[in-house]
Amino acid sequence: MSTEKSTLERYKYDVLVIGAGGAGLRAAVEARESGLRVAIICKSLFGKAHTVMAEGGAAASMGNANSNDNWMVHFRDTMRGGKFLNHFRMAELHAKESPDRVWELEMWGALFDRTKEGKISQRNFGGHEYPRLAHVGDRTGLELIRTMQQKIVALQQADKREHGDYESHIKVFAELTITEILKENGKIAGAYGYWRESGSEILFEAPAVIIATGGVGKTFKITSNSWEGTGDGHALALKAGANLVDMEFLQFHPTGMVWPPSVRGILVTESVRGEGGILTNNLGERFMFKYIPDVFKDKYADNEAEADRWYEDQDNNRRPPELLPRDEVARAINTEVKSGRGTEHGGVFLDVSKRISAEIIKKRLPSMWHQFYELAGVDITKEAMEVGPTCHYVMGGVEVEPDTAAAVGVPGLFAAGEVAGGMHGSNRLGGNSLSDLLVFGRRAGMGAAAYVKQNSTASVSDATAAAAAARIEAPFARTGGENSYSLHAELQEITHNLVGIIRTGTELKEAIEKIAEIRKRSANVAVSGGRKFNPGFHLAFDLDNMLLVAESTAKSAISREESRGGHTRDDFPGMDSGWRQYNHIASFDGTQVGVRKQTLPFMPKELFDLFEVDELKKYMTPEEIAKGGSN
Amino acid sequence: MARKLNLRIWRGDASDGGLKDVQVDVNEGEVVLDVIHRVQATQMGDLAVRWNCKAGKCGSCSMEINGKPRLACMTQVASFEEGETITVTPLRAFPVIKDLVTDVSFNYKKAMEIPAFEPPKDLKPGQARMEQIDVERSQEFRKCIECFLCQDTCHVIRDHEENKKSFAGPRFFIRIAELDMHPLDILKNRKRTAQEEHGLGMCNITKCCTEVCPEHIKITDNAIIPMKERVVDIKYDPARMFAGLLKREKRN
Repeated sequence: MSTEKSTLERYKYDVLVIGAGGAGLRAAVEARESGLRVAIICKSLFGKAHTVMAEGGAAASMGNANSNDNWMVHFRDTMRGGKFLNHFRMAELHAKESPDRVWELEMWGALFDRTKEGKISQRNFGGHEYPRLAHVGDRTGLELIRTMQQKIVALQQADKREHGDYESHIKVFAELTITEILKENGKIAGAYGYWRESGSEILFEAPAVIIATGGVGKTFKITSNSWEGTGDGHALALKAGANLVDMEFLQFHPTGMVWPPSVRGILVTESVRGEGGILTNNLGERFMFKYIPDVFKDKYADNEAEADRWYEDQDNNRRPPELLPRDEVARAINTEVKSGRGTEHGGVFLDVSKRISAEIIKKRLPSMWHQFYELAGVDITKEAMEVGPTCHYVMGGVEVEPDTAAAVGVPGLFAAGEVAGGMHGSNRLGGNSLSDLLVFGRRAGMGAAAYVKQNSTASVSDATAAAAAARIEAPFARTGGENSYSLHAELQEITHNLVGIIRTGTELKEAIEKIAEIRKRSANVAVSGGRKFNPGFHLAFDLDNMLLVAESTAKSAISREESRGGHTRDDFPGMDSGWRQYNHIASFDGTQVGVRKQTLPFMPKELFDLFEVDELKKYMTPEEIAKGGSN
Repeated sequence: MARKLNLRIWRGDASDGGLKDVQVDVNEGEVVLDVIHRVQATQMGDLAVRWNCKAGKCGSCSMEINGKPRLACMTQVASFEEGETITVTPLRAFPVIKDLVTDVSFNYKKAMEIPAFEPPKDLKPGQARMEQIDVERSQEFRKCIECFLCQDTCHVIRDHEENKKSFAGPRFFIRIAELDMHPLDILKNRKRTAQEEHGLGMCNITKCCTEVCPEHIKITDNAIIPMKERVVDIKYDPARMFAGLLKREKRN
């Protein structure tokens, strides 16, 4: 240990960005452009982040496809989608700023699909009143990542010209895992981690840390997330003293692949429905008409004829119910399958071949065609796909100040993208994630830059660094302990069976007990082999993060005695306007997660007035309606 | 339902290594990455393999399967004969780190050397107008998932370490072609620098890169050959240059 410490790799930066997906890269660009020195940490190779999997597009009310669109319509759609649990200010900033963020990408080289007039094309998506998603076929996320990756290279080239070194002001640390965010005197001082490749340790000193680590899907058995979605940022933030808001809300994307088993959970983009795909059960019934909730009755067609007409004439017809927000569609599919009307492999049918030609399918949904053809042997231009819900996105996350993305309670800590909470309320609309990470990635970069101006130095004490090092060493010192792969599989069974798409109080109680048990056993995880690129060692740390996330989710879920968005309680099936007034705040005392209620900030009058009072009555109490906005 | 598969995995690091035989269960519909993961979870906890999306979209799980550069997540076990041994080895063109993981930093260095996109100075955000047909040419190359299989298979560098310094490889030829065909890019001489600085001339268009591309990008036909033709035009054909000038004048 002592010899290692003397050779410990150390760096000093102004800003450390943990995560190199869309939010992290956008934050890094902003911080660098504010003149700061930035380190970007990625758990994988540069450019492989889960953002590449985003297919449908980035929601931004540019009004290219329908000139009636504007930020106010987008704001309303976002709040409705989130069942009014969203932080109003985040939803407002997001709706106002996303068009600029998309246009900015074009200035960095992004090539979106075009309208006839040569503007950025926009497509329909669930819960969005107008066609709003800027897209590139069905690989929009890849375009975002590549554009920002190349923007970072452009900045590095400018630094090379000016300072003689590509990496003088912005350096990417690829295949590196952060195990701890370090504080001194109550403020952020840096972070500690290890190189995945060599297993050797590394210390960063930085006054500001931006967490942009994405989601938590790997906590669940069936997920669209890659191995990286292990809730690292959620757990790092919790341990650093930050709060997690509304961790009970998980989005089960209605359409994941269900067959063959090895691809179960892989995402089938919502664009399939946006382009006209319909959902049917094993009776051939287009079942979504049965599942239009009261709050959406005036916006969605209740018969096939009108739904079909909508694709041609959106002004005079209501939308097809396949395009309801994701939580509604996922629950509907779940009910169909549970009632025995599912497919052979426990899904439902999604068919786009009847409405659009093979040529257009291959053009608009090329990677879906490819994915089904290669992995399932299904030609989607001729046959229906089998689909079912898959854990896709966590609405809950680090509690932040909307304007600066600063984590509440931890000076110097920021969070953006999926790891941050509040923006999407109880359910995220498709397309609002790519725009979220652009808007709040930039704001986190700005927030960190402003903070660093006031707090320009940070240093980590030897004692703090030594404690972080000891934690990494621990699993190697054990022999014959638990296997991290098996514990992970056990955790996934528990979350899948007891904290999944439909929940009950009894099951959640059981889940909390079982998760605690696994956490106890995980303290005894042993690692075989050496430090060099050892996935067993890597998983031991990821597992610890997933356990904290699962505990936060289960404890928040048992407390919320209603059903709303991505949280459905079989024992409390209704939405309760009393509960709408509260967020859940999870925090960590060093041994366990505690959850408390916190009053949700109420929107100001100018935002309140954007809605019809009759609509707000569906969500709010009479007292709230009477109050009519907080100012 | 599960059957046994004979899998031969290269294990080791830069100093030493060799093929190890294992038997592993395989289920219907599984891909090579699935069985590698099963080996990892049950027999070799420290087996190193890169992967992310498991859906052919991120380009992380590149390796050589029975000697062919492929994505392990898109290679069906059923595509091999029953009873056939499947051999998985790390990418040959790059230095091995451990087991199936190689050091691909060569590619990131080359990426830094390609001059970035440069839009017109007076272009304001939101003002760009482009025809779909004009963006599609570059979009084909922007489909690239950076799996680096094309780099791995390219015989200019596959067994010729000495060429790496002066050769960017197919991945970066399509990057240059993409920028060259980008309706908004104004940087001049991209083709010429491809030839003079990035080794375009060393490619002798055997199309191996196109064959292994999991995104089916026509690397040779749509990027490399058009650039080579234009470079030849620019450099060696005064008559064509003159004709080009006339054409431009006519348009004006």
